[in-house]
Amino acid sequence: MATVSSPYADPDREAFVDTVRQFTERELAPNVHQWDLDGEIPIHLYKEAAAIGIFGDGFEAAYGGHGQRDALLRMGMLQALAMAGSGGLIASLLSNYIGLSPIQRFGTAELKARVIAPCLAGDAISALAITEPGGGSDVARITTVAKREGDDFVVNGSKTFITSGMRANFITTAVRTGGEGPAGISMLVVDGDSAGLGRTKLDKMGWLASDTATLYFDDVRVPATNLVGEEGAGFSMIVNNFNAERIDMAAQSIAFSRLCFDEALAYARDRQTFGKPLAHHQVIRHKLVEMDRTIRANQAWCELLSWRLNQGDDPVAEIAELKVAATLGFEFCAREAAQILGGASYLRGDTVERLYREVRVQAIGGGSEEIMRDLASRQLGI
Amino acid sequence: MKVVVCVKQIPDPADPGEIDPSTKTLKRDVKLILDESDSYGVEMALQLVDGDGEVVLVSMAPNNEVLAMGADSAILVSDEALAGSDALGTAKVLAAAIKRAEPDLVLAATESSDGYTGTVPEQVAELLGMPSVTFAKEVAVADGTVAVKRQTEAGYDDVTCPLPCLVSVTAGVVEPRYPSFKGIMAAKSKPVDEVGIADLGIDAGAVGWAGGGQEIVAIEPAPAREAGEIVEDEGDAYERIVSFLEELKVI
Ligand SMILES: Cc1cc2nc3c(=O)[nH]c(=O)nc-3n(C[C@H](O)[C@H](O)[C@H](O)COP(=O)(O)OP(=O)(O)OC[C@H]3O[C@@H](n4cnc5c(N)ncnc54)[C@H](O)[C@@H]3O)c2cc1C
Repeated sequence: MATVSSPYADPDREAFVDTVRQFTERELAPNVHQWDLDGEIPIHLYKEAAAIGIFGDGFEAAYGGHGQRDALLRMGMLQALAMAGSGGLIASLLSNYIGLSPIQRFGTAELKARVIAPCLAGDAISALAITEPGGGSDVARITTVAKREGDDFVVNGSKTFITSGMRANFITTAVRTGGEGPAGISMLVVDGDSAGLGRTKLDKMGWLASDTATLYFDDVRVPATNLVGEEGAGFSMIVNNFNAERIDMAAQSIAFSRLCFDEALAYARDRQTFGKPLAHHQVIRHKLVEMDRTIRANQAWCELLSWRLNQGDDPVAEIAELKVAATLGFEFCAREAAQILGGASYLRGDTVERLYREVRVQAIGGGSEEIMRDLASRQLGI
Repeated sequence: MKVVVCVKQIPDPADPGEIDPSTKTLKRDVKLILDESDSYGVEMALQLVDGDGEVVLVSMAPNNEVLAMGADSAILVSDEALAGSDALGTAKVLAAAIKRAEPDLVLAATESSDGYTGTVPEQVAELLGMPSVTFAKEVAVADGTVAVKRQTEAGYDDVTCPLPCLVSVTAGVVEPRYPSFKGIMAAKSKPVDEVGIADLGIDAGAVGWAGGGQEIVAIEPAPAREAGEIVEDEGDAYERIVSFLEELKVI
């Protein structure tokens, strides 16, 4: 039966998403539970993902990127990867997107060749370090300092909750090079093997396959050539980065909601209670429809905003609102799926069990619900 | 070296669609994908050529996936007269298309995952007057000769054969690569030689429903699996399993 797809459909994009789907089904989905137990994903995955082009969206072809930015392609790719049922896997495997994007936009050709190229080839890993033990939401108040000494910056302070923090070779770090407030912030790429850099791994509730670390900078010397863009331009880079990170997280949250729905529907059709399949009880059917309609609405919105990004629009407020809608929708779907699965959803290794725990970080990381609403209200003049 | 790979587009085995009761064949009106068993031949061809030569895909349906994996060009035979072609009809068309490419080596899968006749590659070889080697699990080419490890029930035969020849490969011989983003974009500008059967010098009466020497008389659903025998281990389970397998003549 021929189905009418979306107005955004494009054969090349579909071909790429198909590849990512096959990769996910064969190489990722069967292993995500083991990687949760391991507390990390295997290093060889970076090479495999790189060969397919999973890291390349928005990066120049000269450094191994796609030579184009396509928000719809990125959405489709993330949603295909999400079908493995592990947000931690995506967060760590794709930390390149948040770590490298400021360098792609504002870095020198020398810095791009040295940092972006090996990361896109799967030979190195990058991370983005903004959040500090003192706080993550109020980015303008970070306290990690970088003092210029000759040809170097000397960095002191610490960062926490840093995804891929334990294994990153390059850490794109927000530092204070000037006075108080947003104008004093710069972006500096810290090499992973710098003397004076300490790392400790954090034990978490979810995203178990993703290594998350606290980083300590103790007189870390960083060559001034590692400065990304202008001194004092760091805050706008962070804000810019957040937009893409947020729609990426929304797209994943919607896909995870769909996965919760799929798991719940399959279970409801199979599981018998009171002499008939669960799905034959109206209460359960209505739960499934509520999930489905939430997911469809968010998906349609996410596609529209991705399309608008491709047209050169910058819908900051709506992306913030979408992130709220997508993570609330995910929270709802994970809960309802868990109700439908009953005790089975409480067993480690179950997809819904994992997603139920992972909801929390989707609703907090990259800008929490509260901060997203606040941003939207200011942008919309409410 | 020039290698031709024969590939087929089939309905996704996970969602194959319906069978047309009048033709007793799959309707094929669902999304078609590259037959997985063909992906091994494609990978083998890409590895054998390794940038030094050419991989040409021959197919009776458009197939961008193989071009995206790295094949250099395609010969695509499309003609309304082909509908309903049986194994020999298909072989005639493929053989004529392959001839245009003048390959050193032709690779094909052992059998397709929808029709499962497992006869097309050998018929193609016969029509081309080429030697053929079946069930290859390893293929190496040197000095105008192909060396094949040919899978047998007990192990494998070492077979050598002069080029040009046709080799059919088994599933799992190599790990097929995933089409990459770059490959997908590059595929768009690769040459596709689209031909009809007249271009190949084939008469419409020799292929399709008209030329079919084979008729599907009836189709039946596969019988439901019968309940197996559960062997409880009381220390002698292995003996009972071994004698059961011996009875089936599988060991
Ligand atoms: C698993 C994981 C991975 C992460 N990865 C990274 C990473 O790679 N790089 C990185 O830099 N950061 C990372 N983070 C950090 C994340 O971005 C922060 O946790 C997030 O920005 C919130 O900051 P915070 O935790 O310090 O909360 P706080 O800023 O202390 O806020 C606490 C709570 O108060 C609310 N709140 C704060 N201000 C207001 C206000 N004005 N009005 C109303 N409510 C308010 C917030 O919504 C939040 O719920 C990660 C976090 C997690 C959990």
